[in-house]
Amino acid sequence: MIAEIKYTATEELVELFYQNRSIYYEGCSPAMNEARELAIRRFQEKGIPSRKNENYKYTDFRPAFQNDFSVVPRYIEQKVDLHDVFNCNVPQLDTHIILLINGWYYGRNRKVGDFPEGVVCSSLLEAANQHPALFEKYYNKVAGESEDPLANLNTSLAKDGLFFYVPDNVTIEKPVQVINLLNSKENTLGVQRNLFVIGKNSEATLVFCDHTLNHNFYILNNLSECFIESDGRFNFFSIQNQHNGAVNNTHFFASQKENSNLLTNSITLNGGIVRNDLKIKLDGEHAHASINGLILADDKQHVDNFTSIDHIKPNCTSDELFKNILDEKSSGVFAGQIHVFRDAQKTEAFQRNNNVLLSADAEMNTKPQLIIDADDVKCSHGATIGRIDEDALFYLRTRGIGEHEARLMIMYAFADEVLSKIIIAPLRERIEELVDKRLRGELNPCQHCTLSCSH
Amino acid sequence: MTFYILDMLTIKNLHASVEGKEILKGISLTVKPGEIHAIMGPNGSGKSTLANVLAGHQKYEVTEGEVIFQGENLLDQSAEERARNGIFLSFQYPIEIPGVGMVNFMKTAVNEQRKHKGLDPFTASQFLKLMEEKKKIVEISSNLTNRSVNEGFSGGEKKRNEIFQMAMLEPKLAILDETDSGLDIDALRIVANGVNKLKSPENATILVTHYQRLLDYIVPDFVHVLYNGRIVKSAGKELALELEEKGYDWIKTELGEKI
Repeated sequence: MIAEIKYTATEELVELFYQNRSIYYEGCSPAMNEARELAIRRFQEKGIPSRKNENYKYTDFRPAFQNDFSVVPRYIEQKVDLHDVFNCNVPQLDTHIILLINGWYYGRNRKVGDFPEGVVCSSLLEAANQHPALFEKYYNKVAGESEDPLANLNTSLAKDGLFFYVPDNVTIEKPVQVINLLNSKENTLGVQRNLFVIGKNSEATLVFCDHTLNHNFYILNNLSECFIESDGRFNFFSIQNQHNGAVNNTHFFASQKENSNLLTNSITLNGGIVRNDLKIKLDGEHAHASINGLILADDKQHVDNFTSIDHIKPNCTSDELFKNILDEKSSGVFAGQIHVFRDAQKTEAFQRNNNVLLSADAEMNTKPQLIIDADDVKCSHGATIGRIDEDALFYLRTRGIGEHEARLMIMYAFADEVLSKIIIAPLRERIEELVDKRLRGELNPCQHCTLSCSH
Repeated sequence: MTFYILDMLTIKNLHASVEGKEILKGISLTVKPGEIHAIMGPNGSGKSTLANVLAGHQKYEVTEGEVIFQGENLLDQSAEERARNGIFLSFQYPIEIPGVGMVNFMKTAVNEQRKHKGLDPFTASQFLKLMEEKKKIVEISSNLTNRSVNEGFSGGEKKRNEIFQMAMLEPKLAILDETDSGLDIDALRIVANGVNKLKSPENATILVTHYQRLLDYIVPDFVHVLYNGRIVKSAGKELALELEEKGYDWIKTELGEKI
């Protein structure tokens, strides 16, 4: 039966592509279309990942694909102005706001502030045609190396998303905030493809917020490629707050040149099945990557943070901090692959994963995986799974703090170590508020949406 | 007709176990406002268990007896209710809580207590003023109160922090569990001075200690010797000196003769 589901969903998607190839090719640049053919074959070969795929050992995507889903290979104009129906609570922040709907760059995006000259922040589809040389230099250059079936599904079906290019020697102070909305009358498989290029000695911050606007089933297949040139600095923060019927598969590929700096932080507040797959290549000396994540899950939510860092060149550093608080029947996964290549001497790579399980039914699987082919390196990893520290709880209670509040204080403190990595203070404070609300059970994935939805 | 001052704390025949093993085997003790009681005894006699049972630690199961605090059954109350009603435990080993800032922690604690008394919560500025005032009592510096609760504090700093919290919360009954352990002589003096400054005719203190040394600085009205889960001897402050001189074996021998 399971084999049949695999066959059906994988083959149906492959057939969908071949039968509608002209629609997928339509309007796209040759670089995008050329990449589709190999990608669809790779996807077909591996199929929708099940537990048999070692990288998906704890996250089986097949059940999610059992429903019927519509796909959106052409942009569909929304009947209402999305700026009016959706208020993300992260802002009240001074950001450049960009809306994406079902993977598409929203046609009625308001003018995106004033960027310094040479910056491109636009629809990927549009940028591919307007800046072909730039686009071809980077598009699919790291994602194309991946055998991952869902990454390849993205490459084969992708049409639009965000293109963000910062030329050399430009610092963009204001974060660019991308709000990913899923909204359709039918169950939808959304495919979104993003490309970020941070020029030499440039700096920028992107904030991704993933939301759902109604209770239909969604699968979001989102892939971002990110290139940071020498001395570039890039901060990527993602906040995921989707309902329990949403499946979110987010790939983030980064390639870093010398002296570059990458900071990522994935905050998962709600979602049905969430997988964040981060692959970082440290491909220039003295590059640094700080990769962080926080999961707050309950009900039957399942969140999988899968990370992989390649230390290719010497003298690079990486550190990872992933913390999870799991309640009820929720489950979490952390996988941390670190590969130190033979020539990557003087590598320093640190990894930590700490988990708190609030109920006997919650489940956590954690898997550090270090492959070290160089001899002069410092690497460490540590993982803990525990409950709320009863001694700390008693200590707070002996000061008159009620048990419920004391638990919240301890959980918040646990989570805050991850939030403290968000270097932009106003953004950090907003996210701290969201996390506090989530821990108090006051954050609903729907509450910032004014669409009248039957649920 | 007789008039009498209500006892602050009455412990009657208290038995308590941990993981099925009986540690307290029938303790009786009465504490009146204004009194300082020292509870001494060898390691393993049940001193810390008594302190933790009074503070409401769930690890300990009370199997027999009763405890009346200010006219109410203490054993029915949760740890936080006991604290709000005026019990304070200074921990032998204060807990480090990374990420919970001292200021937020104390502000929450003080305001919970105020709420319990029907008072409005302190504003940020009122609270900070109170904190500045109380910090002086134990000579605690801002670089400690700006940190996470006890995180990275030295042994002496942790104990000072306990007395600082006691100053902030102004308990009716303070139970100081081995407050002198791990302190050098200067830190001991500062901690003891803090306790003495906080003393009033309305509040009471139970000092749990292994050594007599603390009692040079905080002079008790009564000294009780706890041995094998029972109070086996009670007297005035001179008992502490006698214990110091003769050691706990003296008690054991004396008991052996009696038994």
